Amino acid sequence: MKRFIKARNQTNRQIRLIVANSRFFHILGRVAIYVSLISAGFVFLYPILVMLSSSFKDIYDISNSAVNWVPSKLTFENYTRAFQVLGGWKVVLQTVGIMLAVAVTQTIMSALIAYGFAKYDFWGKKFFFALMIATFILPQQITFLPKYVMFHSYGMQGTVWPLLLQVLMGQGMKNALFILIYYQFFRMTPKSLDEAAAIDGAGRLRIFALINMRMATPATVVVFVFSFVWNWNETYTTASYFGDKLTTLPIALEKFKKTYEMMFPASSNPLLDINEGITMAGTLISIIPLILLYVIVERRLIESIDKSGITGE
Amino acid sequence: MKRTTKDKVAGLLFILPWIIGFLAFTLLPFAQTIQFSMSSVRFLADGISTSFVGIKNFTDVLMVDPDFKLQIPVFLKDMFFFVPMVLVFSIILSVLLNAKIRGRRMFRAVYFLPVVLMSGPVITNLVNMQATTLRGASSFFVYEFIAKHFPEALSMPILYIFDNVILFLWFSGVPILIFLSGLQKTDQSVYEAARVDGASAWQQFWKITMANIKPFIFLNAIYIIVEVSNSALNPFITLIKDSMFDGKQGFGFAAAATWIYFGMILLAVLAAWFLLGRGEKEPKGKPEKRRKKR
Repeated sequence: MKRFIKARNQTNRQIRLIVANSRFFHILGRVAIYVSLISAGFVFLYPILVMLSSSFKDIYDISNSAVNWVPSKLTFENYTRAFQVLGGWKVVLQTVGIMLAVAVTQTIMSALIAYGFAKYDFWGKKFFFALMIATFILPQQITFLPKYVMFHSYGMQGTVWPLLLQVLMGQGMKNALFILIYYQFFRMTPKSLDEAAAIDGAGRLRIFALINMRMATPATVVVFVFSFVWNWNETYTTASYFGDKLTTLPIALEKFKKTYEMMFPASSNPLLDINEGITMAGTLISIIPLILLYVIVERRLIESIDKSGITGE
Repeated sequence: MKRTTKDKVAGLLFILPWIIGFLAFTLLPFAQTIQFSMSSVRFLADGISTSFVGIKNFTDVLMVDPDFKLQIPVFLKDMFFFVPMVLVFSIILSVLLNAKIRGRRMFRAVYFLPVVLMSGPVITNLVNMQATTLRGASSFFVYEFIAKHFPEALSMPILYIFDNVILFLWFSGVPILIFLSGLQKTDQSVYEAARVDGASAWQQFWKITMANIKPFIFLNAIYIIVEVSNSALNPFITLIKDSMFDGKQGFGFAAAATWIYFGMILLAVLAAWFLLGRGEKEPKGKPEKRRKKR
């Protein structure tokens, strides 16, 4: 009996040890996960922090290697000057306006096209669908040259028409992806609802707009945000289509140094020369609208990406 | 009968804009680039004039032009180091994010932020500012030590990781999201069963987690290859852009360079398929179901 109790105590102790051990490792694992996630988060944000820090530094702080992260005195001079170089409110409003028009058009047209693919059967559907997917891997450089010549010869250079016409016909930036997202979504919505509405006398466009589009809100959020962001961030083709007549914030940022040197000629005052602080302030100004958009839609966007089947299924 | 015909017409009407757009803005330009690549193209006031030159443009790009050749090793380096590293980092981060932890949403939001911000000029400015390498990384003791004491074949890749870690992470926003959704679809009872059978966390990771996200690895590899090769940081893209409106080289040269580059990207995608995608008949299918049947 005594031996039995002793043995039982021993096993109990062993079990307790194992439990304590596993709890210890559990906590250790937790700590490790948090440490890695936080340091990865820091690395993600690092470039933005560098931008923020340098954009508030004046010329003395930048050349002073003792000043690392925190400037010795905050200067807003960089921002006012960078804003001026980027083109001021005119360019900001122009960019937002153009990109809104492009993104709204692209979203609506992608939905319409995807709806046709998802809900109707017609001759050549599989063929067209395969073609549509194939355009996804075609780099835009391949078709850009002739398109540029075409729009140029139509006298559309310097207007928004090259961008608008392309999205109007479902051939905008990464359009195949947007159509695919809507396609996946429309296929999940039940057909019985459409049939019920049709019996009640609703026309095809009404069924599309009032039933399917309303149910496809997650897809709309994803498509609209990405269309806006990707069109906003595209500079090369947009700059070629726009020529000298129109500009967007990222395009202005690309020409930042040149514009700056024209506005503030180098000879006048070495203190006014372009420096890292001003460049970083300009970069930051050009992404502030995107950050604002992201902050507003972030929660819905990430939820919607999960729901909209962007990741297959 | 009548209704189905009407339906067919309606369906075609829905995608009609796409068909017209495809012909005008994809197929026609596509054919024209082929023609351009084999012609000498000149810009005139009222349009362009082309004259057939055969494969001269292609040989110019590959043999005569001094820059294009020089960029090929850079491209290979990107494909052999950059793409796999982005994959590795996104797998690690998505597995970590998949653990039940507080503030998961916040981490996800931060990790996804670069996808929204990354444009050509922004990233170029950041790289020029050296904001994409951890400042002072080169003064880290470890960095110095590796640079000095390791054989070059070994130290080169390690230092490469040090220099580019921020870019790896900035490119992994979308892949993380895709991996995460793959992980969340994994059946939790499989892990329980493995634990009962005494599988260690290490074994669980390789045998269950990795097996489940394998199809997504292929998908992401393609995504990253396309993204990296079209990014503004890519020397080929800069080269093609610069030569387009260059009077000396011109459209024909740029078109030929684009085709060659497109061929290289396709080769990379093919290599990814060879390494990762083989045997997966439908990469977007439901891996967990198939696995259960075995």
